[in-house]
Amino acid sequence: MAKIAVDYKLCKKCGICAAFCPRKVYSFNALDGLKAAREKECVACEKCVIMCPDFAIRVIREKG
Amino acid sequence: MTRKTGEMFLKRELLPFFWCSGCGNGIIMGCIFRAMEESGLSRENTVVVTGIGCWGKADDYFTTHAFHGTHGRALAVATGIKSANPSLDVIALVGDGDGATIGGNHLIHAARRNADITVIMSNNNNYGMTGGQYSGTTPFGAITSTSRYGHAEDEFDVSELVKTAGAGYVAKGTIANPLQLQKFIEKAFQKRNGFRFVEAMNICPTYYGKNNKTGNAPEMIEKLRKNTVEIKTARAAEPHELKGKIIVGEYADKEVDGFIKRYKEIQKKASVVSRK
Repeated sequence: MAKIAVDYKLCKKCGICAAFCPRKVYSFNALDGLKAAREKECVACEKCVIMCPDFAIRVIREKG
Repeated sequence: MTRKTGEMFLKRELLPFFWCSGCGNGIIMGCIFRAMEESGLSRENTVVVTGIGCWGKADDYFTTHAFHGTHGRALAVATGIKSANPSLDVIALVGDGDGATIGGNHLIHAARRNADITVIMSNNNNYGMTGGQYSGTTPFGAITSTSRYGHAEDEFDVSELVKTAGAGYVAKGTIANPLQLQKFIEKAFQKRNGFRFVEAMNICPTYYGKNNKTGNAPEMIEKLRKNTVEIKTARAAEPHELKGKIIVGEYADKEVDGFIKRYKEIQKKASVVSRK
């Protein structure tokens, strides 16, 4: 389990995180923007953190 | 174990970055920050030198010392800083327009001289800041603002060029594989002498992508990923199979005497002669 914190002030809606997430955690479209819709699926691999060009995503690991 | 983020090198208060949505420069920044922390570079002892261009704005976001040079001359400035104070770690950030086209001569001569600096090139195949004109790395046939019906010239393979010029360490990675790119940058930082060059293949969704209809940023990164060949595979492959492919890997990794070491030896020799 992990918690995803997206900083919407920094997000430029490029959709890279949504496209490259191996667990398809994010839902993204140009109208609604980005949402971590399936947060429960996240395994905290942090690929989105590394691929985000704007340092807008933080993945907080939860114990257990 | 927590992953190293290199956040202490980022001026977070200046975010969001000045770059367009989907620009890979931010991904390269992340790789540099993490590599700096991994290889133990300090804020006080590092100078980041840039030229002009989209990637030339990168020095604003570093908490290290920074020097913003003129167009194409980042390497001349970086060589000067390193020569004046050899204890500093000097990192030059150049784009393809800055480093390979306008400052192309500086690049080959800094490599030939083995100036003891690390150069990280962000190669997005065109001049992004001024509106997507063709640069020395724009591929044949590509449509840009200054080649509306296709580009007539062939592109530079910058990594091969720098390797041939005599640099100690040359590697090429892509933003589609940031961990590999980070590994190359880390290795470049850790070598500490000789000319170290890492080329990061980047995307420009705003101009290059729009002109050539290569899709949005995620699609461009996916295409970049599919278009890469590892250097080991490339060595065994036929030339026609590699046409238009990006060969990633370490082009050169050898021990060389850097410019500073050689120059000090000459200085010693000269001081003995002058005393006689």
